[in-house]
Amino acid sequence: MMARDWLQIGVYVVAVIGLAWPLGRFMATVLGGQAPRGPIARVLRPLERSICALAGVDEHREMNWREYARAFVVFTFGGMLVVYTLQRLQGVMPPNPARLGPVDAYLALNTAASFATNTNWQSYAGEATLSYLVQSLGLVVQQFASAAAGLAVMAAVIRGLARRTTHDLGNFWVDVTRATVHVLVPLALVLAVALVSQGVVQTWGGPVVARTLEGTRQVIARGPVASMVAIKQLGTNGGGFFGANSAHPFENPTPLSNFLEGLAILLLPAACCFCFGEMVGDRRQGWTLLAAMLAIYLGALAVTTATEIGGNPVLARMGVDQARSPLAPGGNMEGKELRNGPVLSAVWATATTAASNGSVNAMHDSFMPLGSIPLLALMQLGEVVFGGVGSGLYGMIVFVIVAVFAAGLMVGRTPEYLGKKIGIYEMKMAVVVVLLPPLLVLAGTALAVVTPAARAAMHNAGPHGFTEVLYAFSSAGNNNGSAFAGLATDTPFYNLALAAAMVLARLWAGVAVLAVAGSLAGKRRAAESAGTLPTHTPLFVAWLVAVVLIVGALAFLPVLAIGPLAEHLTLWAP
Amino acid sequence: MADGDSSRLTNATALRNALVQAFAKLDLRHMARSPVMFVVEIGSAFTTALWVRALLAGVPEAGFTGAVALWLWFTVLFANFSEALAEGRGRARAEALRHTREQTRARKIAGAMPDPGACPDVRCEIVLSTQLRTGDLVLVLAEDVIPADGEVVIGVAMVDESAVTGESAPVVRESGGDRSAVTGGTRVLSDWLVVAISAEPGEGFLDRMIALVEGAARQKTPNEIALGILLAAFTLVFLAVCVTLVPFSQQAVRAAGSGEPVGVAVIVALLVCLIPTTIGGLLPAIGIAGMERLIGRNVIATSGRAVEAAGDVDVLMLDKTGTITLGNRQAVALLPVHGVEEIELARAAQLSSLADETPEGRSVIELVKREYGLRGRSVGRECALGEEGAGRGAMHFLPFSAQTRMSGVDFNGTRIRKGAPDAVFAYLNAARAEVSPELRQMTETIARSGGTPLVVAQDGRPLGVIHLKDVVKGGIRERFARLREMGIRTVMITGDNPLTAAAIAAEAGVDDFLAEATPEAKLTLIREHQDQGRLVAMTGDGTNDAPALAQADVAVAMNTGTQPAREAANMVDLDSNPTKLIEIVEIGKQLLMTRGALTTFSLANDVAKYFAIIPAAFAATYPQLQSLNFMHLATPASAVLSAVIFNALVIVALVPLALRGVPYRAVGAARLLRDNLLVYGLGGLVTPFMGIKLIDLTLVALGLA
Repeated sequence: MMARDWLQIGVYVVAVIGLAWPLGRFMATVLGGQAPRGPIARVLRPLERSICALAGVDEHREMNWREYARAFVVFTFGGMLVVYTLQRLQGVMPPNPARLGPVDAYLALNTAASFATNTNWQSYAGEATLSYLVQSLGLVVQQFASAAAGLAVMAAVIRGLARRTTHDLGNFWVDVTRATVHVLVPLALVLAVALVSQGVVQTWGGPVVARTLEGTRQVIARGPVASMVAIKQLGTNGGGFFGANSAHPFENPTPLSNFLEGLAILLLPAACCFCFGEMVGDRRQGWTLLAAMLAIYLGALAVTTATEIGGNPVLARMGVDQARSPLAPGGNMEGKELRNGPVLSAVWATATTAASNGSVNAMHDSFMPLGSIPLLALMQLGEVVFGGVGSGLYGMIVFVIVAVFAAGLMVGRTPEYLGKKIGIYEMKMAVVVVLLPPLLVLAGTALAVVTPAARAAMHNAGPHGFTEVLYAFSSAGNNNGSAFAGLATDTPFYNLALAAAMVLARLWAGVAVLAVAGSLAGKRRAAESAGTLPTHTPLFVAWLVAVVLIVGALAFLPVLAIGPLAEHLTLWAP
Repeated sequence: MADGDSSRLTNATALRNALVQAFAKLDLRHMARSPVMFVVEIGSAFTTALWVRALLAGVPEAGFTGAVALWLWFTVLFANFSEALAEGRGRARAEALRHTREQTRARKIAGAMPDPGACPDVRCEIVLSTQLRTGDLVLVLAEDVIPADGEVVIGVAMVDESAVTGESAPVVRESGGDRSAVTGGTRVLSDWLVVAISAEPGEGFLDRMIALVEGAARQKTPNEIALGILLAAFTLVFLAVCVTLVPFSQQAVRAAGSGEPVGVAVIVALLVCLIPTTIGGLLPAIGIAGMERLIGRNVIATSGRAVEAAGDVDVLMLDKTGTITLGNRQAVALLPVHGVEEIELARAAQLSSLADETPEGRSVIELVKREYGLRGRSVGRECALGEEGAGRGAMHFLPFSAQTRMSGVDFNGTRIRKGAPDAVFAYLNAARAEVSPELRQMTETIARSGGTPLVVAQDGRPLGVIHLKDVVKGGIRERFARLREMGIRTVMITGDNPLTAAAIAAEAGVDDFLAEATPEAKLTLIREHQDQGRLVAMTGDGTNDAPALAQADVAVAMNTGTQPAREAANMVDLDSNPTKLIEIVEIGKQLLMTRGALTTFSLANDVAKYFAIIPAAFAATYPQLQSLNFMHLATPASAVLSAVIFNALVIVALVPLALRGVPYRAVGAARLLRDNLLVYGLGGLVTPFMGIKLIDLTLVALGLA
């Protein structure tokens, strides 16, 4: 690696943390429980109140965890229903300049589940399948709504830890409205304008027909792209306007747009850590979670960057020049944009799988097998390394509960986190959350491997084909949405199986974690003493990282061994 | 019970019994209590069936399958053995306490409460102790064994409680007051008692304790259940990992067009190696051993939950008297006023205390003897006996009375008075003697320091002051310092005035004190601490402690305490040693630490097992995975077998740790975590690599690989 590469990574990480810090503190004022205050809130508060008033929501009426969870589930299924209906009816509804017909039922179901669960798995190419109406009113709305729902559940979970002897976790509808009005919309607006300035397309006009130099007719898709890309990146959605996502020049035209979009991937998940520290009244706790996430992310980034710079031995044997030169970025350039090169592609790929974003600026299928292991692993760890907006933080809190439990026992006390004792009920719900990704991913992959119809969808044999199936279920089973390709997933089997995985992953974890919050909120806060396990020390960060990695490794080492690792060893075999 | 007993508890007979029990516990109904070991037993049976089928078919791998099956059975048996061994030790401890409680005959008093004057000549019927019910009255004569736990309602007697406490000196038990509780199995030495039975047979403290160490009735504690859930979850994940490996390996074979799918025996072996068998197998033994250690310290708990709660205690409330101080005020110094010789004051103090049989009075005599070499005059004693005929040369003693609040002696026309300052000052004023400011100053200085001043006057002339003070027990300060290191605050409870209490609190090194304590004040203080999220432990013995004991999270009653106090507590200390709580806290912490440490160890072990088994399992399909076999295990079969054998043997190797417990040191949570993570986390990662390699080398050397 050269100094420039280090600088790029360094600037990226510093920018994420530097912006996440004020944003997180701002989010704490929005979600803290009291009415939002401050200059921005003063402008937006009337809008928020009128939305609540219009919907008949009393902002002072708080919910217990069951009511909160019910609202979350209803909201998610409601979103699915709207997106499904819009897709099926898009043929008769404007605007639809490309005159696209109704979407197939299986695909529509998959897409509806995908966007309502903040996954954004795409078994379709947007420009060729969906009308502007569906893209904007269906998908973009869900990209805001699902991210807001994630923030709402997170806020409820944090309140469960911060409050004592109460059943109240806040009001889901108020939280969703506030998260959207005060946080997501302003951020997306700023980013969209910035992206338009870089040349990202934003138009309601239909496709442009061009005549190429050879004289052939070329249809160039356009549309309301910038508005979608902004929230796609910010809301850890990842579902782009075009099939090629942020590798498409209309979605990501310049180095600056690449930087801003990359920044937007990790910004909100990182800010959630600071928001957490602020809301529980102990900033060190927020830094602890961020440090653990950052440690795993940087480790993954190191591996993937190294393998991509290292190039492909098969090409090397064929005499292909993979060295870096003024004209070529060098390394493994298969499936990468020249303007991004291996380093910026690796930064994006690890960020997009760490956060449950899933947008791409390079083809993950073409990463070196060893370099793809971190991408798989970051998803398989349960999307807790940054993870989804809100959901990454509450997922990490579940891991903290497991870590605190083992560590608490080791210091000879009933385990407690932030003064809340971890009892039988919390443990039950925590393991439900931790269990889920391995079960969904392994069972889904196994099902795909034994089903002849699913096997027919595999374009590649051997370990690589297996990795492609594993990647699909790792992505859907953890609500990431990133795709490895090489797999024809627009089939009834994959549309149904992946939709089921996405819905289960989102709702199961969300409801279980709210149950934990409900139980914790009802508890007293134990006083701190010298015998209390400190949860803000570097040692605890290391322990938390170890717990996350060990749980993930124990569940996924065998499949990683017979997938990408076997492929890597074959590739490098003399 | 001395520590030397522990060796007796693991003698050959105990081991043999545990071995037999290990087989008896293979009963699936028993195994179902632990999901982890249940899976292992099912796996063992399954592999055995595979072995039989392979034998019948004459397949060459039969030997390998048989070896795996054998070691899987060993895994289950070793786990059962550890539990049986712990149970055996616990039972031996409990039996030692119980054999005093074998069926005894009791004199049950027919009819209602007898007239105290008529006792002990009341009509009784002889019944077996097991037939007694709560509320029955029994007469216990000298040399009788008290048939069950109860409360003395009439009479006073010397009771030998050595059977339960190990303390050979007999104790007084009498109706009313704080010494009315008697324990079943103790023996009346003199006189007689009428006892109201307070516990149904089988519900006494000992019976409840025995139930805590015996398998069937053993209740799991909340922490144990929560850990069980975590272990079951891991088991489920590993079940998914192993089951899905079958289709995955079939797919790999299909894609590669060569090799063969992973054998079922290997899958089962992998599963058993991965699921947390080490902690799952040792979990019951850890809990039982904790209870056994508690009995070993002569503490009887009514639930395992209380013992674990002891590990969480934040605040410890202790009675001052008898716990922090020796119990009585002692004379520590004689301070003469200006112009009086010290020896003169000493002589007067001695004379005035000669007939004073209170501990305070005796301590004055002792002080004078020790510091001034003055011996009590025998003549004084003789006179004291015949005080009625106080003539010339005879001494006339004035006992302490509530009216005068003075005591003294008159002889040869000399009048010595000793008493509380205001009483003596009043006496001096009446005698028109002067009370110097110096004297007032002296008494106030002593009072402010937490002591009690006694003024001595002779013939209307003040001589000086005796300084009485509460003497703090030796070593108590260090124990409180140790508690502070554990993160536990100590609060002293006393009926003294705040000034005295503060002085003693400072001297004993407690963190806080509650002066002029009433039962209500104690209760309020406990509730306050609890509302602030603290767990409160309390020791007490008196009936007026009962409400506070019931409110405290961990309540230890002294065995010498009253029945209400013992009922309200969740632990009884047979030694009646109030600082025993420190040891109880340590046992509670040890219990949790041992579970946490072995869980970490168990899961960290899995990393090495993966490196052993994964390359071996896929040796045929993906030979390139051999580069993961950096332990260089000889063959795929020996790799799998080594992992299984290591997994079984490590249970045996850790049995002593499970029974002994991970030692607790009061060094603060952060350091404790670091140390335990190093030993059990890092150790758990590294140990199996060495162990598996060693076993593999042995297998090769024996020609079994």
